Amino acid sequence: MQERIEEALPGALVKVEGAEAHFSAVVIAKAFEGKSRIEQHQMIYALFRNEMDGGQVHALQLRTVTPSEWEKET
Amino acid sequence: MSADLVDMIKKEIDSNTICLFTKGTTDMPMCGFSARTIAVFKEIGKPFKTVDVLPDPRIRQILSSVSNWPTIPQVFVGGKFIGGCDIVTEMHQKGELKPLVEQAFKTQPAPAR
Repeated sequence: MQERIEEALPGALVKVEGAEAHFSAVVIAKAFEGKSRIEQHQMIYALFRNEMDGGQVHALQLRTVTPSEWEKET
Repeated sequence: MSADLVDMIKKEIDSNTICLFTKGTTDMPMCGFSARTIAVFKEIGKPFKTVDVLPDPRIRQILSSVSNWPTIPQVFVGGKFIGGCDIVTEMHQKGELKPLVEQAFKTQPAPAR
């Protein structure tokens, strides 16, 4: 999953945890800038659409952050 | 798609200032993410409606195609999709959810229950 996100969003920092169809991911990516939180999450969900429809991924908890937001937090 | 169900979903979203589509009900959520989302809105303290998606799988299919959102719960405030459990929880933690809800109640009064 991590690889798939990194491929889709070059330069993104990705951390995925979980197993057995329940996953959580933190993604920091420049590509999120200027997008609403809904759009940011949709970008990630879209990558796993087949798995989510098919039930291999039941839950994918997401936290999406832009690099500038991340700097403010740390 | 069933036209009756599409109408039912639209009506729920339009007639309830806060409308949550969840697995299970307010009193008996059947999924941890639905439960967490319901808990957030209990803390917010405004009346909200939950629609259980479990009895009819088509509800979920229609919803997901309308909102372009694959998972349940789905939260609508003032007729607008605002996200799922993660977004709502994050907004609540950052203090963004309450003002949004209060604004929605100002412009769209809660219907008599």
